[in-house]
Amino acid sequence: MTRQKRSHHKLKRAVAPYLYLSPSLLIIGLLMLLPMATVIAYSFQNSAVLRRDPSFAGLKHYQAIFDDPVFWASLWHTLYFTCMSVVFHMTIGMVFALMLNSDRINPRLRNVLRVLYILPWLFTAVIIAVIWRLLLEPNGVVNSILMQIGIIGSKVEWFSSPQTALHAVTFANIWAGYPLFMVSLLAGLQGIPKDFYEAADIDGAKAYQKLIFITIPQLMPIIISISLLDFIWTMQVFPLIWITTGGGPIYSTEVLSTYTYKLAFSSYNLSQASASAVVILLISLGLTLFYIRYQKAR
Amino acid sequence: MTFRIKPAMLKIAAAAWLLGATGAMADTTLEFTQWWEPELPAGSLRSIMDEFEAANPGIKVTLVSGPYATTRDQISVGAATGTLSDVVGLDGAWVNNLNAQNALADMNPMMDASKFDKAQVADIIKVDGKAVMFPVASFVYPVFVNLDLAAQAGVTKLPSTRAEFLEAAKKMTQADKNQYGWVLPLSLQTPSGVQNDMMSWVWASGQSMMASGKPALEGKPVVDMLSFVKSLNDAGTISPGIATKTEQEKVEEFVNDRVGMMIDSLAHVNLIRKRNPKLNFDLIPVPVVEGYTGKRGLPYASWGIGISAASKHQEEAWKLVQYLMSEKVNAKLVSLANAFPGNVNAKPDFVTSDKAFGKAFEIFKTGYLANEFTGLPVAEDLMTQFDVQAQKMLAGEQSPEQAASTAQKGWMAKF
Repeated sequence: MTRQKRSHHKLKRAVAPYLYLSPSLLIIGLLMLLPMATVIAYSFQNSAVLRRDPSFAGLKHYQAIFDDPVFWASLWHTLYFTCMSVVFHMTIGMVFALMLNSDRINPRLRNVLRVLYILPWLFTAVIIAVIWRLLLEPNGVVNSILMQIGIIGSKVEWFSSPQTALHAVTFANIWAGYPLFMVSLLAGLQGIPKDFYEAADIDGAKAYQKLIFITIPQLMPIIISISLLDFIWTMQVFPLIWITTGGGPIYSTEVLSTYTYKLAFSSYNLSQASASAVVILLISLGLTLFYIRYQKAR
Repeated sequence: MTFRIKPAMLKIAAAAWLLGATGAMADTTLEFTQWWEPELPAGSLRSIMDEFEAANPGIKVTLVSGPYATTRDQISVGAATGTLSDVVGLDGAWVNNLNAQNALADMNPMMDASKFDKAQVADIIKVDGKAVMFPVASFVYPVFVNLDLAAQAGVTKLPSTRAEFLEAAKKMTQADKNQYGWVLPLSLQTPSGVQNDMMSWVWASGQSMMASGKPALEGKPVVDMLSFVKSLNDAGTISPGIATKTEQEKVEEFVNDRVGMMIDSLAHVNLIRKRNPKLNFDLIPVPVVEGYTGKRGLPYASWGIGISAASKHQEEAWKLVQYLMSEKVNAKLVSLANAFPGNVNAKPDFVTSDKAFGKAFEIFKTGYLANEFTGLPVAEDLMTQFDVQAQKMLAGEQSPEQAASTAQKGWMAKF
């Protein structure tokens, strides 16, 4: 083989992987990177989209949203909604997974529970929103039951009262999201070697000690991975909040996604909406990097 | 075997091609973007377009149809990129923004050139002196009264003033039975309750929320309206869940005998009948302030129409607009839509065949169309801002004066 031929062969081998990757790279570029870059560009323009010749605005739109108290309220609501959702998704998911993995429950009952517990996962966000709106409306079933058993004295406007609305939407989201944890943790539980528990039994360990020293450490990689993913996904929840409360009453359930939507499609301020979207992107990106680093470290 | 093309055949083919090509070039194709087609009986708008094409040889119409929200986004983007369709269906809430983008043509010169009778149009929407929209079909918002609930509550005379309305609402309210006098939807998801269920009280009495083209929310009309709504709320006559209630839920509550009165679109009459055929209801105009005897403003939503400033076929586009606004065609279109006509001379067929529509038509004819949000900048955003302040007031966090004052500041920033 001549020298020229050899270098040509080397080049071909070096280029080949990129050629194989090029369809995916093209699709990612067109469907993800290009829209992201466009939104970032819009956030630095005046009258983005609405004018054919938008002028450069610098950081003006970022300044405007940071000066807006509703933005900070939205950020706080987003954090509350997300943290509470993730914590309760994990707790409920763990309890149900342990229940479904337990030999103490009749296998038939376990199968029935398995179907029941996974039900919320089958509904779309719109259906979940409608279900909870009907259940929690002032004349709904929840108020009726709570009044009958004497927990509340009068009808509570769960979604319409500024005091309860954020807790109510968070509750609906918790109900909708725990099956992801439950299924993942159940798979993890079934992968823990029985020897660990047998050894613990010989040492006289109690149930809670086995949970703390065997089950949870064994499940920790799954817990951290799913929690991070859940955090990223929950932070971007839009339809559930939009349909149940529309961000109200009085901004009490305004989160970053509804805040951005209103800027874009109610105020037609697409420049500020883009700036707000970039802020969400940066937060999500931070969490994603954390997730990737964690996965690499494993 | 060889195949030979004779010169005569070639000549015939060339002549045929030329004829076809020139014929095709002579045809102007208008693009008409709107959200009406999906809301009308299948094929009915296309059939009207076919009739227009037959009456105007050389003009073809392509309908670009979609749901309301999609059409709105499509029109916003089209205006920005200069690709707006020749003829566009418009909502009054959009026209200010579109005009600011110079996306809509001024129809004044077209009306003058064609000697169009302006008096036949129910309302010409103008922005900066430019005639940018005609309402083709109007959906007015009267008060629906559940006559059975009214009779049970001892309301013998249907209210015509605000005080009478408050009294009737109080009588109809029986909270222990989940029955209320009035329903007010103020969901921030669709803040149109501000326009239809709150400001309608102002317009009904011939009043205005504006002064010299600027917001005047701190004026007596709006503050009085807010105080009136607050008094209804304080008296416990409004169905609970105001802050998240949507228009659909409002209608559902009325259909299910849970509220005695609601302000709603006439377009819902058939829906209400379908959902509860036994419901005994009547329509009345929105009650007015004590002592007012003038003409009543009728809140309305409309299917508007306008022409793109970027259209290369404005002359043909104007022909289509004229056609849809003409007496007979307009009557036909609004009969299909169960709406009131944009042409004052048009009479839809349902007003003679249906008692409720007939009565509403009388209300329509004795009043005037009033919707001050039409043509305002970012109308939906203005409604949202007012909505939030109204919610604060109803939650007891502020007075009607404070609500009006804060909303005024927010609105002024948008003007």
